[in-house]
Amino acid sequence: MIRVELPAHLRNLAHISGEVQLDVAGPVTQRAILDALEARYPALRGTIRDQVTQQRRPFVRFFACQEDLSHAPPDAPLPSAVASGEEPFLIVGAIAGG
Amino acid sequence: MSKIRVLVGTRKGAFVLTSDGKREQWDVGGPHFGGWEMYHIKGSPADPNRLYASQSSGWFGQLIQRSDDGGRTWTPVGNKFAYDGVTGTHQWYDGTPHPWEFKRVWHLEPSLTDPDTVYAGVEDAAIFRSTDGGQNWHELPGLRGHGSGPHWQPGAGGMCLHTIILDPADPRRIYIAISAAGAFRTGDGGQTWRPINRGLYSKTIPEPTAEVGHCVHHVAMHPSRPDVLFMQKHWDVMRSDDAGDSWRKISGNLPVDFGFVIDVHAHEPDTVYVVPIKSDSEHYPPEGKLRVYRSRTGGNEWEPLTNGLPQRDCYVNVFRDAMAVDSLDECGVYFGTTGGQVYASADAGNHWAPIVRDLPAVLSVEVQTLP
Repeated sequence: MIRVELPAHLRNLAHISGEVQLDVAGPVTQRAILDALEARYPALRGTIRDQVTQQRRPFVRFFACQEDLSHAPPDAPLPSAVASGEEPFLIVGAIAGG
Repeated sequence: MSKIRVLVGTRKGAFVLTSDGKREQWDVGGPHFGGWEMYHIKGSPADPNRLYASQSSGWFGQLIQRSDDGGRTWTPVGNKFAYDGVTGTHQWYDGTPHPWEFKRVWHLEPSLTDPDTVYAGVEDAAIFRSTDGGQNWHELPGLRGHGSGPHWQPGAGGMCLHTIILDPADPRRIYIAISAAGAFRTGDGGQTWRPINRGLYSKTIPEPTAEVGHCVHHVAMHPSRPDVLFMQKHWDVMRSDDAGDSWRKISGNLPVDFGFVIDVHAHEPDTVYVVPIKSDSEHYPPEGKLRVYRSRTGGNEWEPLTNGLPQRDCYVNVFRDAMAVDSLDECGVYFGTTGGQVYASADAGNHWAPIVRDLPAVLSVEVQTLP
């Protein structure tokens, strides 16, 4: 089971309390996690990555196992600790003014 | 007794203000979507409980929310705005070609007759339509395909399609306006468009009378006279009596003719409202006095309306979609400011009072007159 933590605004949007737990079929990658997340919570479509380009939104970052994975290829395997559910996949809204 | 519902979009959430027909006591509902930019919220004329809202943020992009109960509860609907076909380029600020990129929805215009049909004006400028209550959006590509698209250029606030006016007498006719391309009209339901900017003069562009390139800030129409349009341009207040085929200046005795909002009285098609702003670099009222100007003659002759508005030390702006009127017998007029005030007049502008004073900066104000 993959564990995903979302920023507060997205939890509110999708009516999620706490951590999300997802089943991901096949290799555990950013794309696989986001596909599963958006399938379960359609309201999140377009909020983490652009729906047309599939690019990560500039002020959204991905972290896991104390690593910034934001610039990793979306189909690259994530750390085994994420795949095993030992560590969460963190989706973070960047600290920025506004 | 009738009810009034004022839909307010702000930099950090949406608010729903309600009152009875006296418009003296107000309930303030919200914030809805706290922390999000709410560019525009508008109700369906065909079903007043059906509301559409544009919700966006610099972090999480664009969402569209729909309410089926007058704003008590909301559901996110479709938010995929994909340009049709080859995206192409427009001019960037430095004159170089720049690819069209979707940024946000500035304006939502529900159909006059079908609650499930709604138009969206977006940045970078294009018009989209949904016919299923906002679930799916499709561009009307004839606008960008008109041929002048590669010459459109963003204004300081972005290249936004901010005004959509549906002709109540002819469902095939729609007017739109873009900063900084100008006004356009379709007569075939959005398949083909033509620019309607003849008579506009913008001295800051290379060809001051060019077919496109004018920074139109807002356009208003009275539903009983769909051929008559009023325009607040970057500078100049303009009027057309031929559905935009030609325009003439009606700034008249305004203290300054820069501004953003323009609206028309609900029952007097020649009574027009603007809020003069000092200049395009000083986005606040002249002399620190917040004054709505009203013309009862369709332009040129304007009177300041000041009763109840701050007449000293006031340096707020009023954005282009932040004025609206109700349709009670004595027309109510409403506008919101970047200082977070929403002012209301229950007597066509003669007297004003704030409904609320301390909201986040107001981006848009719409009004529903309910039975």
